[in-house]
Amino acid sequence: MFSKLVPIPSGAMIPDRDADKSPILECINLGVTFGGLKAVENFNLTIGRTEIAGLIGPNGAGKTTVFNLLTKVYQPTKGTILLDGKDTHGMNTIQVNRAGVARTFQNIRLFTNLSVEDNVKGGMNNAMHYNMWSGIFRLPGFWKEERVAHERAMELLSIFDMQDMASARAGSLPYGAQRRLEIVRALATNPGLLLLDEPAAGMNPSETAELMENIRKIRDTFQIAVLLIEHDMKLVMNICEGICVLNFGQIIAKGSPEDIQSNPTVIEAYLGKKKEA
Amino acid sequence: MTILSNLISGISLGSIYAIIALGYTMVYGIAKMLNFAHGDVIMVGGYLCFCTTAYLGWSPLPAVLLAIVGCTVLGIVVERLAYKPLRSAPSLAVLITAIGVSYFLQNAALLLWGSDPKVFPTFFNFSGKSGVALFGGQLNITYVAMITVAACLVIMLVLTMFTGHTKMGKAMRAVSEDKGAAQLMGIDVNFTISMTFAIGSGLAAIAGVLLCSTYPTLMPTTGSMPGIKAFTAAVFGGIGSIPGALLGGLLLGVIEIFARAYVSTQLSDAIVFTVLILVLLVKPSGLLGRLVREKV
Amino acid sequence: MATKLKRMASSTRSSFITYGMVIVAYAVMEALLSGGLLTSSLKGMLVPICAYVVMAVSLNLTVGIMGELSLGHAGFMSVGAFTAVIAAAALGSTVAGPVRLAASMAVGGVAAGLVSLIVVVPVLRLQGDYLAIVTLAFGEIIKNIINCVYVGLDGAGIHFGMKDAAALGLEADGKMLLQGPMGAVGIPKLSTLTAGFILMMLTLAVVLNFVHSRSGRAVMALRDNRIAAESVGISPTRYKMMAFVTSAVLAGLAGGLYAMNFSSILAKKFDFNTSILILVFVVLGGMGNIRGSIIAAAALTVLPELLRQFADYRMLVYAIVLILVMLFTNNPACKALFARFKFGSSARKEAV
Repeated sequence: MFSKLVPIPSGAMIPDRDADKSPILECINLGVTFGGLKAVENFNLTIGRTEIAGLIGPNGAGKTTVFNLLTKVYQPTKGTILLDGKDTHGMNTIQVNRAGVARTFQNIRLFTNLSVEDNVKGGMNNAMHYNMWSGIFRLPGFWKEERVAHERAMELLSIFDMQDMASARAGSLPYGAQRRLEIVRALATNPGLLLLDEPAAGMNPSETAELMENIRKIRDTFQIAVLLIEHDMKLVMNICEGICVLNFGQIIAKGSPEDIQSNPTVIEAYLGKKKEA
Repeated sequence: MTILSNLISGISLGSIYAIIALGYTMVYGIAKMLNFAHGDVIMVGGYLCFCTTAYLGWSPLPAVLLAIVGCTVLGIVVERLAYKPLRSAPSLAVLITAIGVSYFLQNAALLLWGSDPKVFPTFFNFSGKSGVALFGGQLNITYVAMITVAACLVIMLVLTMFTGHTKMGKAMRAVSEDKGAAQLMGIDVNFTISMTFAIGSGLAAIAGVLLCSTYPTLMPTTGSMPGIKAFTAAVFGGIGSIPGALLGGLLLGVIEIFARAYVSTQLSDAIVFTVLILVLLVKPSGLLGRLVREKV
Repeated sequence: MATKLKRMASSTRSSFITYGMVIVAYAVMEALLSGGLLTSSLKGMLVPICAYVVMAVSLNLTVGIMGELSLGHAGFMSVGAFTAVIAAAALGSTVAGPVRLAASMAVGGVAAGLVSLIVVVPVLRLQGDYLAIVTLAFGEIIKNIINCVYVGLDGAGIHFGMKDAAALGLEADGKMLLQGPMGAVGIPKLSTLTAGFILMMLTLAVVLNFVHSRSGRAVMALRDNRIAAESVGISPTRYKMMAFVTSAVLAGLAGGLYAMNFSSILAKKFDFNTSILILVFVVLGGMGNIRGSIIAAAALTVLPELLRQFADYRMLVYAIVLILVMLFTNNPACKALFARFKFGSSARKEAV
């Protein structure tokens, strides 16, 4: 199924259908050091244009740190990130989002006092162009763009069947709905790469199954790549086409779900070393 | 020689600010609130002292002690009545309540003692002289200044030892870090917070006596401006930090006196506050404050 | 489609209620005024109430909508007030009253906006209490500087100085406008209730329209979760600056209106205490609640008048009332009670 497959760092794991297109993301020797601690080191990853990839590893392995590096919450101390071929060196979070990366957060970060719809519209802020004066004086540009934004917000919310909650206060939603809203908001920014940080956390099996369907639907509809951090192995093994395993800030394995499942280093990282008899 | 003289005035004024700033910083650390009524407790301390000496003819020491006791009680009462019920309310709500308490104290003082300025009695004239003359009369150091600086240093030392080495002090530090966890560890949070207010108010009384001894005019609004400046000093030094309050207070006092002496008397406040803003631009969490980074 | 209309209607409906409330209040006051039914003290309070309402609404933009504590809002009012006075004098009495008022107020507003561009630099870099301290510092700096400024007007133009009146070298027919610590004197009393009403409506339109537009959404998003807002490409610098400067300009306009209600004003009037006073209006009215700010500003300005019967104890009662209201509104039992009334309709819409 894969054109290239390497068990140890460096190299890509791009699905065949994306093989002739340029990868959406290339991390080359990416690393960050905090004080003396090398939180992430020698991170090499290439993701295909419409690939669903997974980033797994034990707690504290550095997975969210990788997300923070990709979105420039932390600036990398080593290595390069190429987004659609463009070097993101020196960019900040806002610029990286404009370049096409959107994310959700491990601890939900919604605009709690805004409505569900306003949260989604918040994500569309950069797609709208009318300025402050148009807003204050209610010029035609305001009405037109707001109408378009409203329609698109409803469209995006319908992915998760959330249109009816559009005017509810985001902070009042149940946990699962909040997670889904975060994904919708991220999609509203029109990304090429969607980073999902533990999207299935706190979900029961049927919700997780629904989420799997929705992630596939999102990828198929919008033709974007998805990189997700997850602990729910059923979800990961089911929808990820390529999986990257992280431990202590380094990649210990990369490949297809089958390869990862049978990889002894991965098993050791999760379950510990087999005790000598 | 004038430089030295100004420096001494600055350190003396700064010591008063530092003592007041200590009250602000301790209360902020523990209760996470900016107690805007603190400046007015200073004023109350001054008036208590004035009343006992002027109307009752007491001698300085008992008068000062009464002021300290009175303010301590006031601090505890205010905390129990006005701030404790709002412990779980947003911080802005407590701020407004503190403002209400401040208005209350100022207007109560206005009613009790009138708006005409009172002259604070001189406590610190020893053997008929207000100070010591050095270098053949070129440098005059008042006893007030000496006692003020000494008081400030003693208070700082005692408080540092108290918070670092006593059970109560450790309890205070625990409550400022994590109130819930401290409670789970068996610390009486209510008592600890009341104690902090008590200490802060007691210190305010001392500051009030020293302030009025240095600048002997006493009015209901006397505590307001020093309160604002000391609050600024506390933030300047890093809010929540005891050495920060000392550093902030001293620097503020010195800058204020020097600005008054060498640049312009009228613009001294503007200069002091401008320096504050410039420092915060360079060190956004104050001189000795810790920048708390949000975890993503 | 139906849901869209219903939803848009709820926020616009709320805005219309606010506008309506102000219009009705104005109509009633105007009627009482022309009918001579108002006491002289109440008459004298009408314009200041309008000014304080505008101050409260503009401060709510900073504190409630943008989510940053500002303790120096009166500083912008001050800049607006004194600049407007100078402009009014420069325009001279040949210009018609309302035009002179509007133009002077506009100059005041612009001046306050320009000053806010200086203040905003540290504001953007700091957070929380440190930001609050910086705004407090600026308020004091502005008060201090205005206290030292001397401004005079004569045939040659406007003269500025920092030393004293004589140093300005005014011609014989020149007039001193601003006399350092003695403040501004000889101010033309141009402000009217109608002007105040127009300013209030303008402020409401600006603030409500700002909040219900993408700029307002961006500012509120930054308030609710700055890191998430950045992750969707919202720039804190840009939007915070928008909100802050707008707030300052409105405060400057209010200052101009306020100043020209009196024949003389002192910089001391626009100090930390005034900033705090307005903050109380905003917090009592509800953070982000524009209608609440209007009601609180009007009610609390009138309250000391109503407490007249307490004579000397007036301000003491005011303070006690303030403390009691804060304790009451933050008592968990009372909050639950209010929630049932206020969010009756929206609670139904909330997801289960």
